[in-house]
Amino acid sequence: MLKLETIDAGYGATTILHDVSLDVNAGEVVTIVGANGAGKTTTLRTIAGLIRPTSGRILFEGRDITRLSAHETVDLGITLIPEGRQLFPEMTVHENLLMGAYRSAAREKQADTLEEVLTLFPRVRERLDQNAASLSGGEQQMVAIARGMMARPKLLMFDEPSLGLAPIIVAQVFAVIDTIVKTGATVLIVEQNVFHTLKAADRGYVLENGEIVLTDSGKALLANDHVRQAYLGI
Amino acid sequence: MDTILQLLANGLMLGGLFAIVAVGLTLIFGIVKVVNFAHGEFLMVGMYLTFLVTRMLGLHPFVAVIVVVPALFLIGALTQRLIIQPLMSARDDHIQIFATVGLSTALINLALLVFGADIANTPASGLRTPIEIGPVRVLSGQIAIFVASIALVIGLQLFLQNTAMGRAIRAVAQNRSAAQLMGINVDRIYILTFGIGAACVGVAAVLIAPLYPTSPTIGTYFVLTAFVVVVLGGLGSIPGAFVGSLVIGLIDSFAGFYIGSDMREVAVFGVFLLILILRPAGLFGKQLNLSHVSP
Ligand SMILES: Nc1ncnc2c1ncn2[C@@H]1O[C@H](COP(=O)(O)OP(=O)(O)OP(=O)(O)O)[C@@H](O)[C@H]1O
Ligand SMILES: [Mg+2]
Repeated sequence: MLKLETIDAGYGATTILHDVSLDVNAGEVVTIVGANGAGKTTTLRTIAGLIRPTSGRILFEGRDITRLSAHETVDLGITLIPEGRQLFPEMTVHENLLMGAYRSAAREKQADTLEEVLTLFPRVRERLDQNAASLSGGEQQMVAIARGMMARPKLLMFDEPSLGLAPIIVAQVFAVIDTIVKTGATVLIVEQNVFHTLKAADRGYVLENGEIVLTDSGKALLANDHVRQAYLGI
Repeated sequence: MDTILQLLANGLMLGGLFAIVAVGLTLIFGIVKVVNFAHGEFLMVGMYLTFLVTRMLGLHPFVAVIVVVPALFLIGALTQRLIIQPLMSARDDHIQIFATVGLSTALINLALLVFGADIANTPASGLRTPIEIGPVRVLSGQIAIFVASIALVIGLQLFLQNTAMGRAIRAVAQNRSAAQLMGINVDRIYILTFGIGAACVGVAAVLIAPLYPTSPTIGTYFVLTAFVVVVLGGLGSIPGAFVGSLVIGLIDSFAGFYIGSDMREVAVFGVFLLILILRPAGLFGKQLNLSHVSP
């Protein structure tokens, strides 16, 4: 479904990603594991079209999307739930969700999607009329995920969904992601909680200093010595 | 008592005038984050267009709205697309300031070239007729401006709050990169917003032209107060700009009478400074709010 071929990308003159190649097949859960500053967020932002690669190709469903902008990749079915939630603080939760269905294809099904999403997030339903900024961190993360689903994406990308949340809330966030995965969604996820994510993932990539150094099934990576030492602290 | 009522009426009429000029300025600042120093010259261009349409076609000045508002929308949209947008990647605010100041100077010189330094008088068409409301006398054209300024403020708020496009505009202002992730074409929203802001000053131009003589530098006269009002109301706040306009209008009116007309501006700027000392973000401005930065 998604294919990155030898991608170089970065900020201004600084290249962060070197020769990154990775695939995500339809229905798969794929994770990218890496230390702080390895380039995980940069990879997701490049796929989403917020950063333009300086070389290499990105294909989505066989189509070259390397030069597309973020608002164009959304149309094709790529949605990024960004690091740090990035809600619209002075909008209500309801308005935030409507923004998720901004593109015309999603907007046509907006009412149905909203009902489906709110069934999955009963807490979000209770908060619909509140300002997004007034929610707790965990609630904001739920809204961010719900807003991403409002676009009815084919590929859903999560960037550190458990960042800065209390352990109980983290468990709730993972439960929600598991539910989404069970519906057969295609997911690319970056998560500091490597143990949990590798267990849930079909496959994983290890990113170090902007380069992919290792790739295997989630299970195999969990058993890998390097991964255990560097990322699981075992 | 009658004097006070008359001063009150004058102040409110003046406030409506300031508001109708300032609304577009604060919209552009609030969303695109660009201070449009050419805003007064947009007004001037709109007034000349009103003058031309009424003179050449012999129509009522208000009919000129059909021409002036779309023309100003286009001028605003093109300003964003051709001048501001190419400079935005530089992300250096100074360059944008120079660009809009440059545009302002260019428009003044263009007007001098086309119309000369002489003033152009748009036909009054009954808009300079005094109307008596109890003990108070105001011009019909002033009432039109006041009513239109309220309508414009309410109309813009309804548009921003209740339409998908209005929500997209607010989304871009609140979180630009998240807006992109929603599928919003941010460049397009900026062009649209600049166009709408300029169209608002087009409405102002049509209403002001019959009351004030048009000259190449008329924009400066109005827009200085508009800047004061925008800062006073809280940068980017449309209701704030409206309330700020009324405050300044009333101070101008009362200070002009009781302290002396040469002291009006001193009083206006005195109160302006006082309010900013007490509320640095302006009357309706958002104080720095970190509550949404989650732990
Ligand atoms: N906007 C930016 N401009 C310049 N450099 C940046 C920018 N954002 C990130 N970087 C740099 O790019 C590198 C990779 O950052 P990135 O955010 O992709 O890492 P990450 O793997 O997501 O890390 P984390 O676990 O901290 O989220 C880092 O060295 C960072 O300093
Ligand atoms: Mg990151």
